[in-house]
Formats: sequence, structure tokens, C-alpha cells
Amino acid sequence: MRDFWNRFSQHKGAVLGLVFLTIVVTIAFVTPALFPVSPWKMVQRPFLPPFTIDRFPLGTDALGRDVLAGLAYGAQVSLLIGLISTAAALLIGIPIGLVAGYFGGRTDDVMMRFTEFFQTVPSFALAIVLVAIFQPSIKSIIAAIGIVSWPPVARLVRGEVLSLRSREYVEAAILSGQTHFTIITRQILPNTLSPIIVLASLMVATAILLESSLSFMGLGDPNLMSWGYMIGAARTVIRQAWWLSFFPGIAILLTVLALNLIGEGLNDALNPRLSRRVK
Amino acid sequence: MLRFILARLGKAAGILLAIVALNFLLIHAAPGDPAAVMAGESGATDEKFIAQLRAQFGLDRSLPEQLAIYMKGVATLDLGYSYRQQMPVADLIFQRLPATLLLTMSAFVISLLLGTLAGVLASARVGTVADSIISTLALIFYATPLFWVALMAVILFSVTLDWLPGFGYETVGAGYTGLRRALDIAAHLVLPATTLGLFFMAVYMRMTRASMLEVSRLDFVKTARAKGLAPRTILWRHTFRNAMLPVVTLAGLQAGQLVGGAVLTETVFAWPGIGRLMFEALQQRDYNLLLGIFFVSAAMVLLFNLITDIAYRVVDPRIRAS
Repeated sequence: MRDFWNRFSQHKGAVLGLVFLTIVVTIAFVTPALFPVSPWKMVQRPFLPPFTIDRFPLGTDALGRDVLAGLAYGAQVSLLIGLISTAAALLIGIPIGLVAGYFGGRTDDVMMRFTEFFQTVPSFALAIVLVAIFQPSIKSIIAAIGIVSWPPVARLVRGEVLSLRSREYVEAAILSGQTHFTIITRQILPNTLSPIIVLASLMVATAILLESSLSFMGLGDPNLMSWGYMIGAARTVIRQAWWLSFFPGIAILLTVLALNLIGEGLNDALNPRLSRRVK
Repeated sequence: MLRFILARLGKAAGILLAIVALNFLLIHAAPGDPAAVMAGESGATDEKFIAQLRAQFGLDRSLPEQLAIYMKGVATLDLGYSYRQQMPVADLIFQRLPATLLLTMSAFVISLLLGTLAGVLASARVGTVADSIISTLALIFYATPLFWVALMAVILFSVTLDWLPGFGYETVGAGYTGLRRALDIAAHLVLPATTLGLFFMAVYMRMTRASMLEVSRLDFVKTARAKGLAPRTILWRHTFRNAMLPVVTLAGLQAGQLVGGAVLTETVFAWPGIGRLMFEALQQRDYNLLLGIFFVSAAMVLLFNLITDIAYRVVDPRIRAS
């Protein structure tokens, strides 16, 4: 664990990312206390420019809603959807990769065809179609992001399993009569975890981008204030009010950047041999 | 080569067929009456139209029969009728396709050229200030939401500086012809193509840099250096040529995302392509049109992938042998 932290902290960007992400997470948790007024409520005159009134430092939007409160509530939505949809993608991708890599042969063939199909289909277009047809809601958004983002997980896990499959300890487990299920979950899965963790941290970043893109297109959950929705709603008034789209965009950019940096740091810390080779 | 292309075409056809089946499934899985889904929200009130759709798609028959009817339609390029736009879906899409092709191709060329160039530069000066600047920029572009950077480009270059048009495909009502018109369209193309290409530029830059560093440690590069070849020759003739292979592969795989990104860019810039059409279809709840666009964009991706696969074989003769 100590080793892990030492290697992680050598990546300065990753530490910076971790600090920023901690701040965002904290904001997400204390938001209801900090901003008791709903972000949907009109609190001031519309189009109040930023830095004019201390109480509303980032100004208000076309309907007089507090932009700062919107950002804080948006942090909750982005993090929540980013995490849960990544979990959903892992839940689909890991079993498929494990089974395909472990059993090989025809099973592998069929499963990889299936994976390839989802990898070829334009993912953003598929996500749009899924959310539109099943009506925008937090559930359909999470499901859609999960469905379009699992293929890299399956491919990664399959590759790892293929290289572990012929190791002696796996063969020993087969000889000792363990069931396939035990071998896969006890012997193989734990050894594939570190690349999965790295990939997952990057996937949370992509999921946040994807969610904001969907909300921007008007496919966000109508009951949740999100960063993408704020930018989408500001699109038509961009000439009058730059701040309405500027601040939420910065929030997305910094959060995604922080997650990507953390992913790089995790990669350095968990796969030390690999990262030294690349440097 | 011909056999290879045929095999790949067969595979692409299989994937297209699967997409048609998926579309069919989606229409039936959607909440509500399939006919109402196909008609879109507004069409749902018109009893006559719904009845016509029911008859056309045989909605009173069994599911496999319905799937067969649906597939037959798609095979003859009949993607249904858009009630909202009062036009066949296929006509609507083909009308808009050239604008999207122009946009995505330009973005692809811009991002590939600039991305690899920046990657080579960074790798040649690895560890220097130039490398840090290029790498940091790539990291930022990689994390920037596409639609946001497009909006910011409109504010900066179109609204504030007034350098470039930030809206539409050409100056409406100007009546330009010939070269004048081409230049006008090119001016309108600059912002959408650049903002769409930015993310991919970052991807190609990072890939090129990593690949260049990897290849530059291989034995044949050491040999070239030992022979006393000029560093510039080694960089471009030896390292670059070999380092480009994974980048070409990646570029092919990214094609799908390029089409997806076009939806966002076209929405911001009111670029009259199928991405903007998708946004309009969304706003009007025109599901039939939406699914048609999804099908055509997937077909575009398959075509893109096929082209890069062939390019790959041309670039690397070793694959042909195996």
C-alpha cells in the first residue's frame, strides 16, 4: 500500500487531480446544506452577469436561476451518473471477458462477435437512440452509457484471462478439481483487477462527458440539474450571456481532466513495469 | 486483396443486418404502440396515418413476419416516412449526407495531420518544454467537451472577433457561385471542422508520441544511427513510418466517434448535416427518422473502417503476407 502511494504520488498531475476530485466530491455532498434553495427556482432577475452581486457570484440564467447553485447540484449528477454507469459497464464487460477468455473456442468466437458489434456501432448515436426511445430519465441514461461503454472492458479482461489461463497455478486449480466458477472468481479475476481499475477510472471520465453530451442534446433527466443541461439551455442565448455556458463547461473540463490524470497515476502505481517502459 | 475485401464486405453486411434487427427491436421495446412510435408523437393523433402504418408494417402479424417486412424495406433503401417533415426518411438523410461527409472528412484530415505532426515533434524533443506544452495541450483537449469548445469558438471567433462565420453552411441569400461559393463554404467550415477535430487531434498526438518513443528504441533504429544516417532521415524514414501503423489502426476505430461528434458540432453550428437532422428529429420526437439516421451513420462507420483496413494493407505489406 505504501509502495502504491509512493508511486502514485510521483505523478504530480495525478495528485493534483485527486485533490481537485476530492473538492468536487465534497461539494457534491454538502450541496443541499450550502444551497437549500432548489436550483430550478428563480432567485434574481434573469441574465444577471457574474461578479455583480456577492450572493450570486456566477450570475443567473435566462430564468433567473442561480448558476453557482446549478453547478453544485450538477456536480452530484455528474459524479453519480459517471460512477453508476461505469459500474454498469463493468458488470456487463467483466463477465463477458472472463467467459470468452476462459472457455475460448466457439464461446469466445460468439462473444467477441457480439463485442465487436457494439464496438463498431457509433456509440454516441446509439446512446441518443436508446435514451430517446426509452424516454430520458436517470435510469435510461445510466443504462445507455453502460451499454455503449462495456466493449473495451470485455476485450481487456479477455486478453488478461488468455495470458493467465495457461499459468501453472490455474492448471493446478483445474487438477485439484475446483469448479470453473471457483477458478474464474478466485484464481483469475483477482489477478486482472489492476488493469480494470485503471480502465474504470478513465471510463468514469468518459461517462461524465457522455452524460453531459446527452443532457446538452436535451436528453437529460428532466428532474435533475446537470452541467450539460445548463450548457444546452444556454446555447440559444450564447450571444447575450457567455457565462451561462462558460462556467459549466469549465466544471466538466476540470473534472474530466482530474479523472484522466488520476487514471494515469493509477496506471503508474499499479503497472510499474509497463509505465517505466513507456517513459 | 479482392478476397480480403469481399470477406470484409460480408462481415460489414452482417453488422448492418444486426443493426436493422436492433432498430426493429427498439421500436417494439419502446413504451407504447409501435405504430405510434414510428409515427412520432405528433403523428400519433392521426388515426388514418397510424392505420396506414399498421397495414404497411403488418403489425397485426407475428413478430418474425414483421421483422421480415421491415428488413425488406431497409434492403430496398426504404427507411420509412417522416410524418413531421412530410418526406421519406431516406430522401431527408441523403439530402443532408454530403454536408456531414464534408465536415467529418475535413475534421479527420485536420486532426490526423496536426495530431501526428505534434506527436512527432513532442517525441523528437522528449522531456523538453516543447514536449510538456504539447502534451499538456493534448491532455486538456482530450478532456474538453466537444459541444462546449464549439460554443466557446463561436463566442470568441465569431461574436467577439468577427473573423469567421459561426452559423450555417454558407451565406444565405448571397447567391455566390463557383469559386466564390466554395470559398464561402470553406470559411463556414473552419470552426466546425477544427472544433470537431480537436479531441481527435489530442488522441492521435498522444498515440503518435507513445508509438514514436516505442519504435525509436528498437534495434533497426539503433542500426540506422550506427550507420551514421542523419537524425532527420532516421526520424521520418525509419521511426515515423513504423510508428504510424498503430495510429492508422486507431484512426479507423475512431471513425465511429467522429460521426457521433458531428451530431454535437452540427447542432452548435447549425451545420445542415445528418447530425443536425438527428437533433431536429430528437426535438420533434421523430423516432423513425432517428433510427434511420442511426442506421446510416453506422453504415458510414463501416465504410470508414473498410477504407482504413485497406489503407493498412497498402501501408504495411507484412500483413498481406500473413
